[in-house]
Amino acid sequence: MSLTTLSLTELRQKLTTKEISAADLVRDVASSIEARNPVLGAYLTWDLDAALKEAESADLTQPLGGLPIAIKDNINVEGQPCTCGSKILAENYTAPYTATAIQNLRQAGAIPFGRLNMDEFAMGSSTENSALGVTRNPAALDRIPGGSSGGSASSVAGSIALAALGSDTGGSIRQPAALCGCVGMKPTYGRVSRFGLIAFASSLDQIGPITRSVADAALLTNHLCGFDPRDSTSLKESVPDFTAVLGRDIKGLRIGLPKEYFIDGLHPDVEASVRKGIAKLEALGAHIEEISLPHTEAGVATYYVLAPAEASANLARFDGVRYGHRSSSASDLMEHYLKSRSEGFGPEVKRRILLGTYVLSSGYYDAYYLQAQKARTLIRDDFTKAFEKVDVIVSPTSPTPAHKLGELTGDPLQAYLEDVFTIPANLAGLPAISVPCGTIAHEGANLPVGLQFITKALDEATLFQAAHAFEVG
Amino acid sequence: MPKYIVTIGLEVHAQLKTQSKMFCPCPVEYGSEPNTHTCPTCLGLPGALPVLNEGAIEKTVLTGLMLGCTTPPLVKWDRKNYFYPDMPKNYQITQFDLPLCIGGGVPLYDLAYPKDVQKNIPNPGKVVKLTRIHLEEDVAKSTHHDKFTTIDFNRAGTPLMEIVSDPDIDSAEEAFAYLSSLRQILVYGGVSDADMEKGQMRCDVNISLRPEGQTELGSKIELKNLNSIAAVRRAIHFETARQTEALDRGEVLLQSTRRWDDDRGETTLMRSKEDAHDYRYFPDPDLLPLHTADILARVSPSLPELPHQKRARFTNDYGCSAYDADVLASEQSLAAYYEAAVAAQPTVAPKKLANWVLNDLLGALNDASLTITDCPLPATALAQLVAIVESGKISGSQGKEVFAAMLATPGTDPEAIIKEKGFEQVSDTGALEAMVDEILAANPDKVAEVKSGNEKAMNWFTGQLMKASKGKANPKILSDLLRSKLL
Repeated sequence: MSLTTLSLTELRQKLTTKEISAADLVRDVASSIEARNPVLGAYLTWDLDAALKEAESADLTQPLGGLPIAIKDNINVEGQPCTCGSKILAENYTAPYTATAIQNLRQAGAIPFGRLNMDEFAMGSSTENSALGVTRNPAALDRIPGGSSGGSASSVAGSIALAALGSDTGGSIRQPAALCGCVGMKPTYGRVSRFGLIAFASSLDQIGPITRSVADAALLTNHLCGFDPRDSTSLKESVPDFTAVLGRDIKGLRIGLPKEYFIDGLHPDVEASVRKGIAKLEALGAHIEEISLPHTEAGVATYYVLAPAEASANLARFDGVRYGHRSSSASDLMEHYLKSRSEGFGPEVKRRILLGTYVLSSGYYDAYYLQAQKARTLIRDDFTKAFEKVDVIVSPTSPTPAHKLGELTGDPLQAYLEDVFTIPANLAGLPAISVPCGTIAHEGANLPVGLQFITKALDEATLFQAAHAFEVG
Repeated sequence: MPKYIVTIGLEVHAQLKTQSKMFCPCPVEYGSEPNTHTCPTCLGLPGALPVLNEGAIEKTVLTGLMLGCTTPPLVKWDRKNYFYPDMPKNYQITQFDLPLCIGGGVPLYDLAYPKDVQKNIPNPGKVVKLTRIHLEEDVAKSTHHDKFTTIDFNRAGTPLMEIVSDPDIDSAEEAFAYLSSLRQILVYGGVSDADMEKGQMRCDVNISLRPEGQTELGSKIELKNLNSIAAVRRAIHFETARQTEALDRGEVLLQSTRRWDDDRGETTLMRSKEDAHDYRYFPDPDLLPLHTADILARVSPSLPELPHQKRARFTNDYGCSAYDADVLASEQSLAAYYEAAVAAQPTVAPKKLANWVLNDLLGALNDASLTITDCPLPATALAQLVAIVESGKISGSQGKEVFAAMLATPGTDPEAIIKEKGFEQVSDTGALEAMVDEILAANPDKVAEVKSGNEKAMNWFTGQLMKASKGKANPKILSDLLRSKLL
């Protein structure tokens, strides 16, 4: 039996009792990748030799000692590719430095192993915007794994990774986790250093784990978080042991259901699954009440002004001057820029750069960017008010189950609306987790549904406590 | 033909003297091997993030304090978007609507004007109003070769302060005085070396002309590529003449940017208003807004006394002439030297010390191509010499000789030199009196001349006595003795 179906805790036990070695584990993961990745397309690249070398010197006394963790391809690990799923970085960029989150994982003994496919520059929720290959949903191979961390969710749900890192700007960890049937967690904005994470929208991006269990997510989160002097938005807050709350009951926990999240666009089978999940929480002793987040409706529009605005500047550096794709046919500087970027970026990235450039342009700034910043404040205030009444907010993660590959690629606006439940936590900077909540029979497949938990900022402990109680209860 | 009023505003970029760059720990060092002081952040590598350099913020706040600006309680950082190969991220982190310093002004010092107009300053004591000072990162340095361009990122991300004046400058000469006064103050505060020739200070000029009687300003023409304070003056003269001629011809001037060619002494069109960039400023999400109260409290005690404040103190307290005070205050190290000399010999008139410092010391340093900071003669030693001269122990001309010897052999005690040269004056009244009595007795005819009212004969006696004493007689005591015996 492959080791890749086991939990991180079980594997750690095997490692510390010397039943297996770190190299055994890396080789086992590698052989499962070789066997299943041609179908799933979750990994873009993996460097077995480098991982084995790290495995040799892995410190097994550390909490993550000897565990290979797969990495979304937008987090820099020195000496490895970091493509962001884009042609513009695929040709000639090798990371010359290592992200803080990776350093933290290594400090805890983990081995970053394998680079995971994603929507180009994390823009998308299906991984179909990757320029470098198709990633499939292990639950239904003709369907999307979600995105943008589709490779992360597919690899973990498909048991070709033990656990993975993703990044979440508007739901990019939680939504693919929901669609593939695994756990995806986005920490409070500022908990995990963004240094070395290739930015999509700097004020929203956050690195987090995708795992097969809440316990695994809590364990990884323990070692991802922490103040980093190299990230000015990093929080100077102590990090509690998130695994300590696992197993605590949720009797009397106040759970709010935002009425604005149970809307027409919500797939009825998804809603039924979610309602069942809520009933389970109630049976576990939680107190369920309806709440209101009145500005929810503005969330998607706000996000699709602010995120592209930031992205339009963040992606300006990909100009072919110092690294990345450089057009071979340019005859002057302007043509160099136009051709290098036009050839290097895919259509969704171009669409968002144009959108972001437009909303920042003189004459439009006040109407779009400034207005969106105000809306963001209102959305944040909604949550502040709600958390005066409840401890946790629970909602569906995604309004629909996984689409078929190619089904939505012609309709970006419809695709944007799929982020409606995940975007608000990013706009408000709150921690949120998606936990499997049953499956629905849909067009001949059993498709996973995710239940999202949100807490107030820095209250990841309550988030893990509730999610774990739900998962095991 | 109508007369035109010239209105000028200056945008000055000054490199801050910090150890490390604006947003990363790379050292700020000029003249190193290209691309040796770089890191993921200042190269704009994907995923790298900026972290504020507090030293740069402190130096900018200090500049604001020196120039009487206000620092708002909250400031923030913005991205200015445009593409150019010398800009690693293709946006520059700068400050748009909440800069570190607002308002204030630059006092124009008399000596800061070009030498040829110092005697005829149109607006003495003028203070040019400032709009703002903000902090931003510098770009890399491009070098254009025949068929390609190379970029040195050592400069990329070094802290740059932009000082924007109001359109409050009336002439090329005022612009010149503004830049040299500003430079003096920046150097005083230790915030920048501000040498335009070395690119440590760069300046863009906004100039417009309007007919006398019109209140609305004319079209703003921006001048770039000005590489010295003198070039700024020349460019403004050229541009004033060019615009005057154009307006006289009935031409309508349009807002534009022009490039100064210092070799040819003329400006040429770079771009018109239509080609102006839309920089799409927006708050940088990688950097949090900054509360300034703590920084202000930290920086305020290090506010130095400024040139004009020193100047006032030197004229009021030390009795220096306005000109002497100006020169002494023009450089902090010179002023410090002078004040150390004054402190070392409190009984000597500070004005006398000023004369020695300005005439003898600066002259000698200049001849030796030295500056006051590498002056071999300590202020206390010079003061000691001046005190000896003032006491009458040696003559003024002997003092100059001792001074030269002290400079030539640093560390020698002036007393030792005096002894060695045998300059010690005979001030022993008894010995001198004997000499006087002797010469009076030997020359009764001359004594009679003096007594009959011929004061010139008195000088004859003095001359004889000095000769007899081989120049060592204290002339003051000698003269007193002669007078008491003859008159």
